[in-house]
Amino acid sequence: MPLHLKLHTQPEVPLEADCICPDKIQSLKDSEISSMIVFHGNRQVKLGEFFDCKGAFDGEIIIDGDLNNVKHIGASMTFGKIIVEGNIGLHTGAAMQGGEIIIEGNASDWLAAEMQGGKITVKGNAGHMTGSGYRGSTVGMQGGEIFIHGNVKNETGHVMRRGLIVIGGDSGDFTGVNMLAGTIIVLGSMGIRTGAGMRRGSIICFNEAEILPTFMRNCEYQPSFIKFYINYLEKNGFSIDSSYTNGTFERWSGDSVELNRGEILLSTKKSK
Amino acid sequence: MKIKSTEIDDTFAEAFKMFGSRIIITAETKEWATAAAQSITGFATSVIGCKCEAGIETEILPENSPDQRHGVSVLFFAMDSQNLGKRLVERIGQCVMTCPSTSCYNGIDNGNEVVVGGQLRYFGDGHQISKKILNKRLWRIPVMDGEFLVDDIFKVKEAVGGGNILIMAKDQNTGLKAAKSAVKAMREIQNIILPFPNGVVRSGSKVGSKYKALIASTNDAYCPTLSGVVEKTEIKEGVNCVLEIVIDGLELEDVEQAMRVGVEAAIKPGVKKISAGNYGGGLGQYQIHLHKLLAKGEK
Repeated sequence: MPLHLKLHTQPEVPLEADCICPDKIQSLKDSEISSMIVFHGNRQVKLGEFFDCKGAFDGEIIIDGDLNNVKHIGASMTFGKIIVEGNIGLHTGAAMQGGEIIIEGNASDWLAAEMQGGKITVKGNAGHMTGSGYRGSTVGMQGGEIFIHGNVKNETGHVMRRGLIVIGGDSGDFTGVNMLAGTIIVLGSMGIRTGAGMRRGSIICFNEAEILPTFMRNCEYQPSFIKFYINYLEKNGFSIDSSYTNGTFERWSGDSVELNRGEILLSTKKSK
Repeated sequence: MKIKSTEIDDTFAEAFKMFGSRIIITAETKEWATAAAQSITGFATSVIGCKCEAGIETEILPENSPDQRHGVSVLFFAMDSQNLGKRLVERIGQCVMTCPSTSCYNGIDNGNEVVVGGQLRYFGDGHQISKKILNKRLWRIPVMDGEFLVDDIFKVKEAVGGGNILIMAKDQNTGLKAAKSAVKAMREIQNIILPFPNGVVRSGSKVGSKYKALIASTNDAYCPTLSGVVEKTEIKEGVNCVLEIVIDGLELEDVEQAMRVGVEAAIKPGVKKISAGNYGGGLGQYQIHLHKLLAKGEK
């Protein structure tokens, strides 16, 4: 039976609840869970002041309520599963190393920042800096998978080094900015300055995009490896027009202001 | 044992423990996939002279192939996993990577790992790109028609080599027809290959030679032209042609099944006897007895 947490009092200021994490709950007795310490602004309070705790932890945590003002849920988690029945606040799954987080609603900024492993699925939209490195960090996401079924805002995959980010809708500006390696797939449209400063890595978009002048167009071809991703995305609930499977892509290499080993692949089939 | 007019020798095929691997070659069309498969299985009839044995296992339809393109699966066999790994690197590099539009994937789930794509990637001269998906790494190596996609790791597992049957016929024409029927039936079995040309070998060998440099020489006991010359001959009255079919397989059961259907298909008028090659049982790890096989088939 999973542990059920239900938000009964909306926090007035952001609630830092990094204790809502399988790693921190696994060693506690059921009665101790509601006594875990969270920060309400700069004040230490018990989790029970905001959440009703029911059930017993069996590796899975289900969270109910409008969690827009609750931060750091699942941060640094290494195993288990968290299911969020609504929206969720900042830094969800930051530095996550394993396990799975499923968000039925929308996620706020810094989702999976500096993630190292595991899987996050967002059924709605996500904010800015999804899968990014924190300011000052030279390396961002280092592994794992992020699936966003809706749209994301700016700087998705900033300084990303490894892993997979999939965006079912549109992405904002600076997608894959300063990317080091890894893969970002955007099924919708991308904003401006995609891949600015990228060294290596792949940004794949199923629509036209505005390309920076520091990228060079290489060719139009059928990359076989994309079929593996399309298969994988379909298994993860994304619906992809079958004509993309054998479609051609324009390959742009860049960013020439950096190492110039990155690539942007744009489908030549215009779906919009 | 006699079935119709064909005598089934009360003997066994002596098979060996080998290491085997399956690779899947895909391409834009069936023709290109087949071309690569034919190229990679060339000069791979016997470990004695070719360092490995290889053959086309089956065709793979696009809906069953890893990248939804036409595919061909090829089985490789060698005496040890390290040697097999080297052969895969050489042959995939020279015969598949060179063939337009192809990709090459591992086709076995369990076994020892050998690095193939991880070595071939250096051909990319620094422009190669790795992609990790579904817990496996793929290498994208830039080539002149786009990219050659190859698995980083291929798996090799313990397998069985040297299953065989000997078709002893009244003449060459009868022997060829019987062998053709046997090969057709055997090729319906999965997990096996028949590494010789069209599945058939006429130059069966014995261990050793009068010449010190040779480790194997013609199997004189089965050469009709020597039946009156050598001390011990297996050629009985009325036999003028002997053809052998060698079977390598990933599992012993599949080799046995292939031998059984092969023997059954080769029983024809003019086929005097069907036998199997062995070294007295002292060399190989497996003994596949013909009479037991056929009895199993009847059950």
